[in-house]
Amino acid sequence: MKRLLVFVKKEFLHIFRDFRTMVILFLIPGALILLFGFVVSTDLKNATVSFLDLSKDEMTQKLSDKICSSGFFKRGENLKSFQDIDPALRGNKIKAVIIFEKDFSAKLISEGKATVNIITDGSEPNMATMATNYISAIVADFNSELAGGGKAAALRVQPEVRMFYNPSLKSQHMFVPGVITLIMILICALMTSITITREKEFGTMEALLVSPLKPIQIILGKIVPYFILSLVDVIIILLLSRYVFDLPVKGSVVLLLAEAMLYILMSLSLGILISTVSKTMQQAIFISLVGMMLPTVLLSGFIYPIENMPKAYDWVSAIMPPRYFIIIIKNVMIKGTGFLYVWKETLILTLFTLGAIGLSMRKFNIRLQ
Amino acid sequence: MTTKTIISADRLSKSFGAVKALQDISFEVAEGEIFGFIGPDGAGKTTLFRIITTLMLPDEGKVTVLGLDCVKGFRELRKNIGYMPGRFSLYMDLTVEENLNFYATVFGTTVKENYDLIADIYSHIEPFRKRPAGKLSGGMKQKLALSCALIHKPALLVLDEPTTGVDAVSRAEFWEMLKKLRKHNITILVSTPYMDEAMQCDRVALIQEGKILSVDQPGKITAGFSRKLFSIKAPEKYQLITALREFPLVNTAYPFGDSVHVTFRDDVYDDSLIGFLEAKGVSGVIIAETRAGIEDRFLELMEKK
Amino acid sequence: MNEKVISVHNLVKKFGSFVANDHLSFDVYKGEIFGFLGANGAGKTTAIRILSGLSRPTSGEVIVAGYDAHKQPEQIKKNIGYMCQKFSLYEDLTVKENIMLYGGIYGMKKQLIRDRTKNLLERLRFEEYGDRLIASLPLGLKQKLAFSVAVLHEPKIVFLDEPTGGVDPITRRQFWEMIYETAARGITVFVTTHYMDEAEYCDRVSIMNEGKIEALDTPAGLKQKYQAGSIEEVFIRIARPGKN
Repeated sequence: MKRLLVFVKKEFLHIFRDFRTMVILFLIPGALILLFGFVVSTDLKNATVSFLDLSKDEMTQKLSDKICSSGFFKRGENLKSFQDIDPALRGNKIKAVIIFEKDFSAKLISEGKATVNIITDGSEPNMATMATNYISAIVADFNSELAGGGKAAALRVQPEVRMFYNPSLKSQHMFVPGVITLIMILICALMTSITITREKEFGTMEALLVSPLKPIQIILGKIVPYFILSLVDVIIILLLSRYVFDLPVKGSVVLLLAEAMLYILMSLSLGILISTVSKTMQQAIFISLVGMMLPTVLLSGFIYPIENMPKAYDWVSAIMPPRYFIIIIKNVMIKGTGFLYVWKETLILTLFTLGAIGLSMRKFNIRLQ
Repeated sequence: MTTKTIISADRLSKSFGAVKALQDISFEVAEGEIFGFIGPDGAGKTTLFRIITTLMLPDEGKVTVLGLDCVKGFRELRKNIGYMPGRFSLYMDLTVEENLNFYATVFGTTVKENYDLIADIYSHIEPFRKRPAGKLSGGMKQKLALSCALIHKPALLVLDEPTTGVDAVSRAEFWEMLKKLRKHNITILVSTPYMDEAMQCDRVALIQEGKILSVDQPGKITAGFSRKLFSIKAPEKYQLITALREFPLVNTAYPFGDSVHVTFRDDVYDDSLIGFLEAKGVSGVIIAETRAGIEDRFLELMEKK
Repeated sequence: MNEKVISVHNLVKKFGSFVANDHLSFDVYKGEIFGFLGANGAGKTTAIRILSGLSRPTSGEVIVAGYDAHKQPEQIKKNIGYMCQKFSLYEDLTVKENIMLYGGIYGMKKQLIRDRTKNLLERLRFEEYGDRLIASLPLGLKQKLAFSVAVLHEPKIVFLDEPTGGVDPITRRQFWEMIYETAARGITVFVTTHYMDEAEYCDRVSIMNEGKIEALDTPAGLKQKYQAGSIEEVFIRIARPGKN
């Protein structure tokens, strides 16, 4: 235990004495949040929409068919009441709910106008904005068809848009989960793999291996400092988002931190794993960046919605742990859902973590190659 | 020698792909000895030391260190070996003191407990104990690395090229320190590419291309030189060497500092050499018989192969 | 042997208040093998940087290959060669590609590079290695090749940093024979090293300590003056009083 402590102390000294490490640990997170405050535009394709049809007449049938045959949307399960809307959106599969008001056709004919309500998931602002724009355009098209079909030009279907979860649609909020996910991979995988390969390069690893230190002590000694500092980072990011962007954690903070710890642990194990297969710091940096950070940015749904990816990318994305963490953190942080909504993702992440720890322990050599 | 055997290596071999780093290496080191491995870079010294320090597994053969098998007994062995790898195993961003304390704790001891062992060495660098190791001179880094390797009072100290890249003064001091460690009954295994350092060891093994050429006391190794050796000097060295090579009775001619070391066929030295050299335009020649050094012997052994 | 190739007079180099080179004065002649020794931190590296045009002296006269180190460092660089202990060859290029590259860097004509390459490979009995990658060559061959490349452009002076550290005794001797041959061709060889037995091969040796040149003579002359059996003893006698 004393050996472990002295090792941890040594790691902290390395960290606090290296200016660059400190920058990566404490400046980059803030900088990234601001940086990713910009929206990256994406395309919409086959997003699932559900209908809450309160009149079930010819007109609503026609309009819903038109929306679903546009190629942008596909029909999800039909909802029966207003109570169904919230769970449907929280379930993550449905991007928008379209509500036809009662006596739709009758009103359209008698009053010359009827209302379509469009409710979207504001926790994915790109998706939400696009979905509303496209649906509105389809409704407008429907209106002109009605006019062309000899009906009175005054007949109008009015779209009314509402957004759940992030009503003001501040897009930078959406990047907070992404940035946390990214920062954790950056600090944990990149930094741990660098510190271990640095010891290999400088020859100190030889001395450690020859000492009575057990591999588990070396690994823990590397993990503990970064575990603590990563957690500090998560808290800094959450505070920033609360007080700078005015975005509080809607769900349980304890749950969020617990999930973050799980993810940090997994990233750290990945870092150790990377260091076992790289001989030099350069290799470790390369593998971490290309193998961890790029996929996190591109494939985890951080910037590009997974729904819009070709099937093959979707499959690749399925084996990217960050994908699941992003889902978890979005749910807990923005939608305020509880553990019951994210237990599946949590389980997947736990399996990844155990796998990574197991593999890195096995691969960590007690000898030189 | 009736003392006990500390290292016993039996027919060790190790290859990296097609490169045979070690071939059939056998030797024994007795307690309290300073045992040197002398050979050029790439001869296999580092590989051999890594096997002895349990960092690598041999492909074939067996090593017993301190009575323990290097493969099976590695956990126990690691507590009793002090190892200083070729690149000083210091944390350059930690201070002198922090480095020493770290290694002490890792080996389950304290600086205080074994201070008497390192006092001689550490006292040179103690005035700089708050300085990061990276800011020390080569000689001081070497002393700190040695202190760190010694802090747990190992029975066997393994030093891989400790004097490479260090100036002559620091090197001389370093060898003095190693000799002082004898009184603590620590066995020392050391490697160096520099032939002249062989004389500092009790026994040496000359190693080349993964094979041991000879193992003995340095004096006996040089005494093994089988021919008469002549030292020939002339102001124009290049002309001297080329001319010597053309002389029919010359067996070998190698530059050696300011002279050329020459052996003759059948050890017959003939006065006609001076005339021959003068005819070639080499004047001012001085010829004297000389005693062979380690390097002469190494050359002779290399040629025999 | 009387043509001066390096002429240094009262060279001073300061870094802030620290005097790295304290009034150095020495001459090196054409075709000479000059050993430049000193303890770690004695100021050797600083002096060599100035001599090779990489840094400017604070004061004093420094003429290298006929050019002034204050005003014409670029001219100096064109007229010297350099080889450090970690070979300056690219491991992932072939022997010929490396030679081509260095010839090109020194502005040599293609035909000239080709002729010299052929000549060089023949002399080293390297012909079959021309298209091999440097990484695949044994250490000794790399070292000889690195030296040949450093003098490919026939510089007036070649600087060698610990040229034979760590090589086997036979290769080492072949290497020194190459140095002798180069010097006999009129190229000055300037050797810096930690290893005093390398110094024994030089025509003259200077020993630096704490920024000053404390001794300069032939190896035999130094040994006689200090009543020592080897340059190593001479060196220790000069450098030790100043050590902590």
